[in-house]
Amino acid sequence: MASLKELKNRISSVKSTQKITKAMQMVAAAKLRRAQEAAESARPYAERMEGVLGSLAASMIGTPGAPALLAGTGSDQTHLLIVATAERGLCGAFNANIAKMARQTAAELTAQGKTVKILCVGRKGATALRREWGDNFIGEIDFQGVRAIGFAQAQEVTEKVLGMFEDGEFDVATLFYAHFKSVISQVSTAQQIIPAQFDASDEAAGPDLKGAVYDYEPDEEAILADLLPRNVSVQILKGLLENAASEQGARMAAMDNATRNAGEMIDKLTITYNRTRQAQITKELIEIISGAEAL
Amino acid sequence: MTNNLQFDLVSPERQLLSETVEMVVVPGMEGDFGVLVDHAPFISTLRPGVLVVTREGGAEERIFVRGGFADVTPSGLTVLAEDAVAVSDIDRADLDQRIKDASEDVADASSDDARMKAQAHLDALKELQAAA
Repeated sequence: MASLKELKNRISSVKSTQKITKAMQMVAAAKLRRAQEAAESARPYAERMEGVLGSLAASMIGTPGAPALLAGTGSDQTHLLIVATAERGLCGAFNANIAKMARQTAAELTAQGKTVKILCVGRKGATALRREWGDNFIGEIDFQGVRAIGFAQAQEVTEKVLGMFEDGEFDVATLFYAHFKSVISQVSTAQQIIPAQFDASDEAAGPDLKGAVYDYEPDEEAILADLLPRNVSVQILKGLLENAASEQGARMAAMDNATRNAGEMIDKLTITYNRTRQAQITKELIEIISGAEAL
Repeated sequence: MTNNLQFDLVSPERQLLSETVEMVVVPGMEGDFGVLVDHAPFISTLRPGVLVVTREGGAEERIFVRGGFADVTPSGLTVLAEDAVAVSDIDRADLDQRIKDASEDVADASSDDARMKAQAHLDALKELQAAA
């Protein structure tokens, strides 16, 4: 049995771990609120963008000369997977889930004979995927030291992606991120961003024009050509912001669990400690009594 | 029947304005256009320039916008701009520095494409300087 001193040391070490996890949980909670606000305030822009593009795209799709960002390159041979993860660990299965999803998709695509290229945004995803898919990496972007994800970061990713698209390096791009459903639930999501996809339902939800027809300035094609690249960055921004909120949510839940587990461990160790102490006292008493009786 | 226009100004990061105003003059790609209530449905891309919001009573606010588009529907005007700064908030010294940087970019650009991009950036900044 462990000695009293050993037990005491363990209890104090678990206690200090608990203090750390507790602090991390509170930090995550504070950051979560900010990240959530950012994700929510980015929504109106993305929604409006989608609404306008949806109605524009509906009229353009199928016509010759539709921009490649909308209609695709005509092939789906090369896939680009943009895997957005966190910069740090200690947030439960958050990074692992996104990486798992990307890994599965990559395996499926490879099995179908397609070429897979991977662009990692965030350090943790890169670490998780490097061993298996390292050869397919074409780039890594990390935002270490960036305090709050903003449009500038999304733009950085977009420029890289669009540059590669123009050079014909891939046909289809999919963004992997965790959709922020609630504090306790984050859903790993794969969203195809190039060629752009619009739900048919979005058009139905378009603005009521009361029978009038839209005027376009310049013409529809020019607007579409201008807006599609912007849409890519908006979608990426949306993904990154959702991801940031999800990360903090996942970390909060993970740290809450860790704090609780540490508490349970402390309770157990304390009981063992008390029992050991008691046993030692009893033993000493018996020794004294039997010594006295022997006289 | 109201005489006021619902105006929303949205940037990718947040909603900047959402209020009813009298008139908005938007710097469209093919020229400025004014939007009053009951404007015909209209979509235009933006060129970098100053958007003028006239509130009820005639008070004006000037906002510099760059990149994006304006969407006029019967329910109001929505401007989606990548960059939007109130003209009164522009920091002149910072702007001068950025113009200097941008001019250097134009001079250093290695390809035609990059030069065009840098030039567009510089033009946008100069427009901003003229507005301030």
